[in-house]
Amino acid sequence: MAEALMNHIDPEAIVLGVDTDSREAVIRLLAEKLQAAGYVKDSFADAVLAREASMPTGLPLGHAVNVAVPHTDPEHVLKPGIALATLKKPVAFANMEDPDEPVEVGLVFLMALNDKDRQIEMLQEIMATIQSEEAISGLMQASSVDDVAAVLK
Amino acid sequence: MSKKTVLFACGTGIATSTVVANAVTEAMKERGITIEPRQCKATEVRSELTGVDLIVSTTQLPSDLDVPSIVTLAFLTGMGKAEALDKIEGELRK
Repeated sequence: MAEALMNHIDPEAIVLGVDTDSREAVIRLLAEKLQAAGYVKDSFADAVLAREASMPTGLPLGHAVNVAVPHTDPEHVLKPGIALATLKKPVAFANMEDPDEPVEVGLVFLMALNDKDRQIEMLQEIMATIQSEEAISGLMQASSVDDVAAVLK
Repeated sequence: MSKKTVLFACGTGIATSTVVANAVTEAMKERGITIEPRQCKATEVRSELTGVDLIVSTTQLPSDLDVPSIVTLAFLTGMGKAEALDKIEGELRK
């Protein structure tokens, strides 16, 4: 399990039960949180959206909730960190493997990445988390930052 | 077997390809194959192919590359991981 994923997620950048129809709204909301907390530049949101359009990040997991891990090039990032959103109803992202295939996403990890070496642990923890159905369902049911921390600690 | 050079690609060349590079390099070590991992953006693979034995990517690659390639999300989602490793080992032992 992902023992320390919570160390990389800023509590100020956790939004639970987001109610929207668009992936752009989710990405902008999380990018705003990361920017307010000093992780990214103001160019970050647009850069993530542009990248998502050509190189999508939806990951079909084969169970109830799929995940997206939007991110972009390091020049838009000030320091590494993660924002997390759970969605009230799924929003369509495209499949990382096949941009023409929609993936209904319920859980979004927006990643600010700018250092290849330091990111390895963070990325591996995200991937370990999303490979656990128990962790995903715990996150989807979370109603507070403490709930999230309890799942990810 | 001599060292094999594998080019790991993803959208940014620093994110998902890093996870995949680590997972594959370690798994192949257990299978007796030493990998020298390289990483790049999927859009830049064409200019990074010198000396590369295999490309493993999490996202679509340009068509008609001269190097064998495998596109898989198995190392991110956990689904089909064993099959993907078998396929990679098969390519590297050719």
